[in-house]
Order: sequence, then structure tokens, then C-alpha cells
Amino acid sequence: MILQIENLHASIGGIEILKGVNLEVRAGEVHAIMGPNGSGKSTLASVLAGRENYEVSGRVLYEGQDLLALPAEDRAAAGVFLAFQYPVEIPGVGNLYFIRTALNAIRRKRGEDPIDAMDFLALARERMRLVEMDESFMNRSVNEGFSGGEKKRNEIFQMAVLEPKLAILDETDSGLDIDALRVVAQGVNALRNEDRAMLVITHYQRLLDYIVPDFVHVFADGRIVRSGDKDLALELEEHGYAEIAAS
Amino acid sequence: MSTVAPSVSSSGLAGLELAPEAHQPTWVTKMRTSSQQWVAEHGFPTLKDEDWKYTRIKTVLEAPFQIAQPLTSWLPSTDEIDELAGDLGGPRLVFINGHFVAQLSSLTDLSGGVRATSLASALVEDATLLEPIFADNLAGYRHAFTALNAAIGQDGAFIQIPADTIISAPIHLVFLSNADTSTVVTSPRSVVLVGARSQATIVETYVGIAGVYLTNAVTEVILEEGAKVEHYKIQDEADTAFHFGALHVRPGRNSNFSTHGLALGGAIARHEVWVRLESEGAEVSLNGLYLPTGNQHHDNPTLVEHIAPHCTSRQLYKGILSGHARGVFNGRIVVGHEALDSDASQTNKNLLLSDTAEVDTRPRLEIFTDDVRCTHGAAVGQLDEEAVFYLRSRGVPQLEARGVLTYAFAGEMLDLIAIEPLRSHVENKVALRLGAGGVEVQR
Repeated sequence: MILQIENLHASIGGIEILKGVNLEVRAGEVHAIMGPNGSGKSTLASVLAGRENYEVSGRVLYEGQDLLALPAEDRAAAGVFLAFQYPVEIPGVGNLYFIRTALNAIRRKRGEDPIDAMDFLALARERMRLVEMDESFMNRSVNEGFSGGEKKRNEIFQMAVLEPKLAILDETDSGLDIDALRVVAQGVNALRNEDRAMLVITHYQRLLDYIVPDFVHVFADGRIVRSGDKDLALELEEHGYAEIAAS
Repeated sequence: MSTVAPSVSSSGLAGLELAPEAHQPTWVTKMRTSSQQWVAEHGFPTLKDEDWKYTRIKTVLEAPFQIAQPLTSWLPSTDEIDELAGDLGGPRLVFINGHFVAQLSSLTDLSGGVRATSLASALVEDATLLEPIFADNLAGYRHAFTALNAAIGQDGAFIQIPADTIISAPIHLVFLSNADTSTVVTSPRSVVLVGARSQATIVETYVGIAGVYLTNAVTEVILEEGAKVEHYKIQDEADTAFHFGALHVRPGRNSNFSTHGLALGGAIARHEVWVRLESEGAEVSLNGLYLPTGNQHHDNPTLVEHIAPHCTSRQLYKGILSGHARGVFNGRIVVGHEALDSDASQTNKNLLLSDTAEVDTRPRLEIFTDDVRCTHGAAVGQLDEEAVFYLRSRGVPQLEARGVLTYAFAGEMLDLIAIEPLRSHVENKVALRLGAGGVEVQR
């Protein structure tokens, strides 16, 4: 079992957003979490990645250890990765420098030596090809001046370099045109394997045409209200959230 | 040089006086006397002066300073100088406590016609050339420190580049101060004359070894028509020292001047830049980075006077402040009646790393013509917490993430340094200085 969420509650500024989430994710599985805006999907992603502005209760086990007790950087070192809905622009920090710093911080934490500069460059080149990213993005400042699609590709590129065990994709399809969506999905699919689990958070069924999930969960008012296989997504598309959530 | 009889100060800086030297031209003697009078009449600045509003100098005025004499007890090796000031690979003039030290200097790389020597010797050999430059300045003292420099300054660098000469190697002026044995004031005075269509890079490095001392430096750069000068000033004084530096620039028609100031050391340090745009079509760019930590105080006044039409001036100053440090950016732009089609911009950004650090940023624009583009902006802020979380979510520990972002803030200025050996020297200094302020920098 990679992830076990039991009765997870989270609130911010006294307002409860997650109201008892339960979920189990095994290695190799792709779970889609679908729900209307404001249902708390992104809060779930933030809480799992270690954002600190929430009051959290409940239990989250990641590979058997208490995930909520770990700071964000330790979660990353343990193999948790969040692809941001709104990737942050960092002027003055080169993209490749950024991801190499991250990779080496993770390796250090795991007791491994820093990656050799040439090996890293080869790795970065290979992983950039996966998301059809031009090499000119290597030395540009992180996400600065990137288009929406370029930012999302950059998230998947980072994921490909860091090779997480649990990848959480938060609205990765938002702001993407169909071509960019195809490229991003292709990158994600290439990273699917039997050891890696993915949590794909999305508002639209569209993404799931490209990244086909093993399970679909409908999120409403801070909790999962229905679970099923990929056909549930189609049902949602047809009937809308209100009807499914009520049924 | 050798027959200087110093007087010991009884009343701090204001009481310092030099006895006339044997071969000194009469105008130099007169200039010293009149500068002395200027100081006596005007007195030293106080917090009531707009340009000194945020910088308290009482401790400087009351210190028992003596005029620095050539130091015989300390002579660093070339390797030590490389370590302290960087090895830029070009000609290097070395000064200790404001006095030129020929045996430590290397002037071999200079091509014919270029002069790089000590001001003390130039005052004897080129007295007629220097007289109008000094006379002109006398009318323009803005405060007692520059007047004091004229009154008691004996040496500095003199660089003269003839027309149509391109010097690619940077000319490095290294001012080492060592007040291990006595409390001294050093008064380097440097003059850089760049001929029409010539190009040069000048680097001034001020490094302190020990003790309480005041570096009261004045550097004057005069560009003829179409000349291009890249100027750097690295202020790395001892943390117990005071540094008051003034850079005066007079760009000729269609000339191009850029300066990069880096403030690292000093208990109280002030780096003032004054540009008089008296000729059409000149372009200047003033860049500054100040990194005070602990109880340091870094003041950065600028005055850009647009007098002639069609000139462009750009200012970009950034500060990173930690501990109880205090920073000041006091930037004044004056656009005169005749300065049509002036283009002036000014930006000051500050990063506060502690609750106890403080910065005063003060743009002052005085515009007397309509035909002008003038923009200014100032910002004071903390690190972007969203960016910190982004780095942490990728596995970078909190402190290291803060270090990466802080260094990146400085990085914009460091990337402007065009000389590779200087950039790597400065990058190390900046990393050390930020480290002293509690920032974890891994490079």
C-alpha cells in the first residue's frame, strides 16, 4: 500500500474544507479525483504535499509511515511529488539548476552522492524529450515567462527527473490546449509503472481520455462521495456533478 | 611625498591638516587651504541634510583619526592580494592606506599612450593637466567629506587613456587598509580620463584588514565624446571601519558609462554616485547591491543631473538586509529646463531577512521640463513564501530553499558583471556575506 488516507480533515482560517476523506492507493494504480470547483480537491493535494497553512486531523500513511508528521521536503525525499496547478515563477533561479538542487537534496537525504554533472545533463535532456520541451528552457529562470502549457510541461519534466513513488497531479489539464494536453498526458503515461502510483485531480473528464485511470472518485463538499472505475468519469460527463453527488 | 609632516588631530576629522610638501605646485597648496576653509565654514553633514538624513556619523566625527602615513610594517604578498581583491589578469595598482605601493603594482600590460600611475606623481608631472579638474571640483563640493579629501588627500590612481584606444583588460585599483596599529583616515583620490571613442574597464576594490579607520575616497571619471567605460567598485572594508566613497562622473557627448557598486563591509559605509549629464546623447547606468548584516549601515545616495538633451540614465539598486542592519537608498534625479528628451529610470528593491533590519528608500525626482520619460519604483519585501514551498515540495530543505531564493535576488546584479574572474571573486564574497547573515548558500 502506498497511500492510506483515513478520515482526513483540514481547515483554514476556521473554515473546514476537507471533511473526512478516506482513500487507499496501491502501487501501480492511477486514481482520478474529480469534482466541481471549490469541492476541496486542491486542498487535498496541498495537504498531502505538506503545505503548512492548514489545520489537519486524521491519519495519512505513506508506505506505512505517518506522512502528516513530515515536513514538505522530507515528503519529497520519501517520493511524494505534487505537480502544481499554478507553478511558481522564480526569477533568477535557472530551471536546470533548480531541479539539480532538488535532485541532489533528495539524494543527500537518502544518503546518496550528488549526481555527476554530465550524468545529470544527460538525464535532463532525456526527460525533457519526454515532454517535448526545448532545451532553451534549461537555463531560463524557473517558469518565468513560460506559457501555461510550458509551465505544466515543466512540472511533468521535474516529475520525470525526480521519479516519485506517489505523483499528485493537481489540475494539470487546466489552461492547456488540446496539443499541450496530449504532450503532457503522453509524458505522464510514459512515467506510469507498477511501482508508481498517481493521483490525478481534475475538473474535466477530458484529461481522462488521455490518462486512463484505474479508479475514479467523485469529490464533493470535502469528501469522496462515490468511487468506481473509469466508466464513472463518463457517467459524470453525461449527468454532471450535482446528480452523481446526490445519487 | 616623503616630507609630509602630519598633525595629530585634537578635534576629530575637522582638525586634520597637512603640511605643504616640498615639490608641491602652488595651486595644490592653495586648493588644500581653501578646501580646509570650506570644511571649516560648512561643517560636516548632520541628519538635517537631505542627503544624510538616515546616516548618523557622530562616531565617525569623534574618532581620534590621524592622517594615514605610508605603512612600513605590513607588506602583503601578491598571492595575498589575489586572495583579498581577486586576480583580474590585467594591470593592477595597489595602494596601502591610500599610498601607492609600486613594488606590489603591475603595469606591464598597458599599451603605448596609456598612463596608469599614482596621483601623487601625476600631481608633480602633470600638474597643468590636473589643475583645471581639481579647480572645477572645488566649486562643486556637496559636503565636507569630499572637501576633506581634497584638503588632506595625497595619493590615489591617475589613469589617462588617449583617444581611439580600446583596453580590453580591466585596470584594477586595489586599496588595502590596515589600521592594526593606529586609527587612521585614508583619502584616496583617483582621476580617470578616457579619450574620445576609447573604451576601458576600471575596477576599484577597497579591502580592509583590521582596525578602526575611515576610507574617505573620491573617484572622478571623465569621458570624452563617444568613450565607453565600465566601472566596478567592490567595497569590502573591515566591519570595524567606515567608508565614505564618492564617484563623480562627467560623461561626454554620446559616451556610455556604467557602474556596478557592491557594498559588503564597513560599520557605516556610504557609496555616493554623482553624474552630471552635461553633454548630449550620453547614456549612464548605475547599479548597486548592498548586503548589510549585523549592525552594519549601508547608505547609497545617487544624484543624476540631466542638464543636456537626449541623455539616458538607468539606476537599479538592490539590498539584502539581515540582523539589525540598516540600508538607505536615497536617489535623486534632476531634469533641468534644457534637458529635452531625457530618459531617466530608477528602481530600488529590498529584501528584508529579519524583523529587525530596516531600509529607507527614497526616490527624489525634480523635473523642470515636459519632454521627459522618467520612471521610478521602490519595493521592500520578504522572500516569496510560495516559492519557498515550491522548492521544499521538490525536496530542498527550508534553509537551503531560502538561501537559493536570497542568492537569486542578488544574482540579477551579479549576472551584470562582465569580467569572469571578478564575477567569481564577487560571487564568493556575496555567498560569505550572506552566510554571515544566516543565509545558507550552496553553490
